[in-house]
Amino acid sequence: MSGILTYALHYEGAINKNSLGAVSEAGKLASELGQEAHAIVVGGDDLTDELCATLGNYGASKVFRVKAPEGLAQPVVDAMAKVIGEHGQSYALFGGGLLGFEIGAGLTARLGAGVTMEVTAVKVQDGKLVAERPILQDSAIVDVDYVGEPGIIIGRLNAFETQAAGSDSAEVVDVEVELSDFSTKAVMKQRGEQRGADVNIEDADIIVAGGRGLGKAEGFELCESLADALGGAVAATRAVVDAGWYSYSAQIGQTGKTVAPKLYLAAGISGAIQHKVGMQSSENIVAINKDQNAPIFDFSDLGIVGDLNKIVPKLTEAIKAKKGG
Amino acid sequence: LKICVLVKQVPDAAVEKRMDPNTKRLDRGGEPNLNPFDTHAIEAAMQVKEGGKADVEEVIAVTMGPEGSERALHKAVSLGADRSVQLSDESLAGSDVCATGYALAKVLESESPDLVLLGQQSDDGECYTIGAVVADHLGMPSLTQVIKMDVEGDKLVCERQAEYGYDTVEVSLPAVISVGDAINEPRYPSLKAIMGAKKKQLDKKAAGDVGIEADKVGEDGSRTTVLAINPPPEKAAGEIIEDEDTNETVEKIVAWLDERKLIS
Repeated sequence: MSGILTYALHYEGAINKNSLGAVSEAGKLASELGQEAHAIVVGGDDLTDELCATLGNYGASKVFRVKAPEGLAQPVVDAMAKVIGEHGQSYALFGGGLLGFEIGAGLTARLGAGVTMEVTAVKVQDGKLVAERPILQDSAIVDVDYVGEPGIIIGRLNAFETQAAGSDSAEVVDVEVELSDFSTKAVMKQRGEQRGADVNIEDADIIVAGGRGLGKAEGFELCESLADALGGAVAATRAVVDAGWYSYSAQIGQTGKTVAPKLYLAAGISGAIQHKVGMQSSENIVAINKDQNAPIFDFSDLGIVGDLNKIVPKLTEAIKAKKGG
Repeated sequence: LKICVLVKQVPDAAVEKRMDPNTKRLDRGGEPNLNPFDTHAIEAAMQVKEGGKADVEEVIAVTMGPEGSERALHKAVSLGADRSVQLSDESLAGSDVCATGYALAKVLESESPDLVLLGQQSDDGECYTIGAVVADHLGMPSLTQVIKMDVEGDKLVCERQAEYGYDTVEVSLPAVISVGDAINEPRYPSLKAIMGAKKKQLDKKAAGDVGIEADKVGEDGSRTTVLAINPPPEKAAGEIIEDEDTNETVEKIVAWLDERKLIS
């Protein structure tokens, strides 16, 4: 068996950025192994020949296109199991994101295959792929080898760099897949609903982000005042967006935005991995949290252990004073 | 409706976790507890049971773990589960995600649930994945990281946040649903429930009891091996300020920001 099959997620006619990273990574690894990199897309009519063929720019030589419901994992498991069954790829690769986790896990069960998730790097060792996975709040990294084939590699968000290798276009191969009975028992009713106001945080040089430690939705007023004083934007964690305290468009992390501002000031954010992956490239990270054991202090440049309700208002005033003076 | 809730015993969050350098497995020493994410799954089961939209016969907490993992089950029944099942067998030690998912699916099969609930991740190990592994073995539809779940007839209407915003998905029962922590605020067990927890039925099952094939579990059945455990890349430790005098703290923060030309 040989080759790497990468799942490429798309939405409204565009391929997901993390998927492009994974396709690029597969291209790079496949050429090191002397094998081919393939991609698979699953969805409707917006998967045009042109869109599929562009995956060649990132290193895929062949793109398998499957017509099936999109946005849900199990139809993709059916499709990937069929393609791997017929073409015998040695590895299945996924970029970071929710769907990749679900599809990779389903494929593990279907094919009796080994899986590694939250992978931050993949290397070639003795003609095989070895996945690097950070564990225990990133306090150690394990090298994972696969027993048998295929091996399933689920990347962490932003783990793989997108690299347009050239202008090669990939061969597009249509595959008919009969879905498993249970794969049709989950039906998407509404996809991609935006909750809350549409805000732009990706271009901001300074971001003040709030988490559950703010205590209540009104706690965001503290973040807004501080962001105003600093001339920055306000962002939020998934927990508070799910709770309805702030807009989804301002969410950082796993299923939200990835940012790398000059200053990222986190107020009442514990620093779960799912959040960290969306902001760890920020130039300066300042965290205010009352729990001295909060993981965010492990990756902040300046950590303040204390009550944000006391500190943030005074900080806002001090910055205004400094700017005024 | 019969609901099974998958729960897991994890080392207490306050204990520093480490890998055993000899076995290359997680050292599960320290005070064990119920995985905090699982309490949301039990609460979700209780809300279905109490919600009046479905007739729930039983809520059963199911775990796979070594001797001692009964603690997690006691906690689960104190939160409302009617009884519990513990899959415990030496042959299961060292199982990876693939093998664990298979073993859990087998023990669940023996209960024929209409709904399997679990927490979206465990505090100590594999994230997000077990629900989808179990679902494929059981041949059930599944959805993970669900933050709202309503029963409507023989369907569940679920909401979750995915890559492009919030999705609403209708899932037919039987199904496997992993819930996010935003789905509910778990209740605290009453003293009476805690005292009574040990009296509720707890069935212990060995691998053979639920038809688990020995070559599919444990180290032999696992499809991944850990080659090495390495420290993360060195990163200069950040500066920490303990806030005692807030005026002083703020002065220090402003100076720190100003030094980096972040106030302009």
